[in-house]
Amino acid sequence: MQSTRDNNQLADSSVSHLAARQEPGQRILSHRAERHVKRGLFYVGVVLLCMVPLFVFFWMISSGLKTQADNIAIPPKIFFEPTFANFAEVIAGRNFFAYGVNSFIVAFGAVAISLFLGLPAAYSIAKYRLRKIGLTLLISRMVPFVSYLIPWFIAFRTLQLIDTYIALITTHLIITLPYVIWVMINFFENVPVSLEESARIDGANFTQSFIYVILPVVRNGVFTASVLAFIFSWNQFLFSLILSGRDTMTVPVAVFQFITYDQINWGGLGAAATLITLPPLVLTLFIQKYIIRGLTTGAVKE
Amino acid sequence: MSYIYVGSNQMIKKSEKFVLPLPALLVMALIVVFPIGYNLVLSLHSYDLAGAGVLRFIGLENYATVFTTTRFWNSLWVTAVFTLGALGGQTILGTMLALFFSREFKGKSLVKAIFLFPIAATPVAVSLIWAMMWNFDFGIINYVIELFGGHPQMWLASPTQVIPALVITDIWQWTPLIMLIVLASLESLPRQPFESARVDGASSIQILTRITLPLIRPAIIVAAMIRSIDAIKTFDLIYVMTQGGPGFASENLNIFTFNVGFNYFRMGRGATLAVVLFTIVLVFNLVLAIIRDAGQTDMQA
Repeated sequence: MQSTRDNNQLADSSVSHLAARQEPGQRILSHRAERHVKRGLFYVGVVLLCMVPLFVFFWMISSGLKTQADNIAIPPKIFFEPTFANFAEVIAGRNFFAYGVNSFIVAFGAVAISLFLGLPAAYSIAKYRLRKIGLTLLISRMVPFVSYLIPWFIAFRTLQLIDTYIALITTHLIITLPYVIWVMINFFENVPVSLEESARIDGANFTQSFIYVILPVVRNGVFTASVLAFIFSWNQFLFSLILSGRDTMTVPVAVFQFITYDQINWGGLGAAATLITLPPLVLTLFIQKYIIRGLTTGAVKE
Repeated sequence: MSYIYVGSNQMIKKSEKFVLPLPALLVMALIVVFPIGYNLVLSLHSYDLAGAGVLRFIGLENYATVFTTTRFWNSLWVTAVFTLGALGGQTILGTMLALFFSREFKGKSLVKAIFLFPIAATPVAVSLIWAMMWNFDFGIINYVIELFGGHPQMWLASPTQVIPALVITDIWQWTPLIMLIVLASLESLPRQPFESARVDGASSIQILTRITLPLIRPAIIVAAMIRSIDAIKTFDLIYVMTQGGPGFASENLNIFTFNVGFNYFRMGRGATLAVVLFTIVLVFNLVLAIIRDAGQTDMQA
């Protein structure tokens, strides 16, 4: 076993010899050491690069666990005595849980409606290759959110629906509904037409064959689309900033209030930022495998 | 072949073809098409909710006013600098990172998960933490600068440094998206061209410039397109960190539009700005699409 591996490595290094570059006459054995060093350096690079995204989250969580004095200490403290006072204050004192519930209701409502309307639409668009509709959906994404917000603000103001879930879910649907349709067109296009036809021949009507035969095939797509749409709605700031109020304030708006009111409470800010970011991060881990496909559909030309 | 059968079958199909997407399309028409249309109509009116609140038709006057306002041209400049800085940085760094991570190694899926975090994180939360880090007195960035013997900078409070600071923040959040898209493309490349190039004695740099980059070019452009749509319209990051300040130094077109609409409540003029912003996003994407398609015909030739 060991000797075959050595032979392979020898063979490898002699091939790279033939492929030029290495001076002839260099010791062949040192290649192995060189490879170890190279791999070591590569892993050092990997760790250093990963620290760039991670550091900001580390800073977020650690400010949440620091006292105000520790937060404004110079030099900044990497090691400190953690306190949960900020988290307690944010959850109990600031009523953060209520904002979380608001965000959840809005995101859940928007995703549920998007799936109910979007899935059959996406299936039909994929099956009959209604590309023009798909393209029109793409344009809705290029329109700046303010162009939706101004008319909807006027409409909801007239209807006295500002600070209601209806206003928030409606506007969040502008993002989630076309998104669910885009992603699902992509997944439905890989479903063979014969699948539905054979179910129909067996006597199932369309609704039955769609729910029991077709949807299970694309369940990964449905899951990915739902999770991403949920995250988009959860993170949405602009619509909620204008259309939510005391009763329906969502978490991004609530966190934003931290800097506009009283003097900056760094610990509370870190704790709130941590709490709001946690759900999207955890959700992403579940759909890691499909997320790139989920994020790029719509931009890739068929 | 039975004519009647085919006919009736097509009838069923035809109705199904339009019945299934109908509810979604009706809702889309209400929530998406109606506001776009109304926004266009509104851009031809004066509608001042803070004042009289009367809708008055004024033709193209809003457009004339907008195009002669320095604040508009300033916001356009901010949009251009921010977008090109962020998009350029993200595309270059994202592609480099993807090339670095393209080989197989232990822990690769963990690395990908880590790089997903900035993308999924709530922009408001991320922006607030970065605002802390850029803080003049207590921020860790000035501390590190001083550690290396530099002078602390004003960053978000400085008219000249605010855009670089915002660009760096945006690069931090969105480079991973470009990286992951390009990485996915790199992983799906056929092995054959690389093997034969190596047999022919091509150097690593030759392989990179002649084979790898042309093959992943479409993915890079698609990634840049996706990013550009959002970068031009950046709102959360700027609004949370600077609200367009200091002065109007970081007020991009989207923030300007928002301020006109929801700080001054001039709905007509806000709608006009929104139309201009949409036109810019559309044109920019058409240009990128042309670049992408030109690349594809090159490859086929």
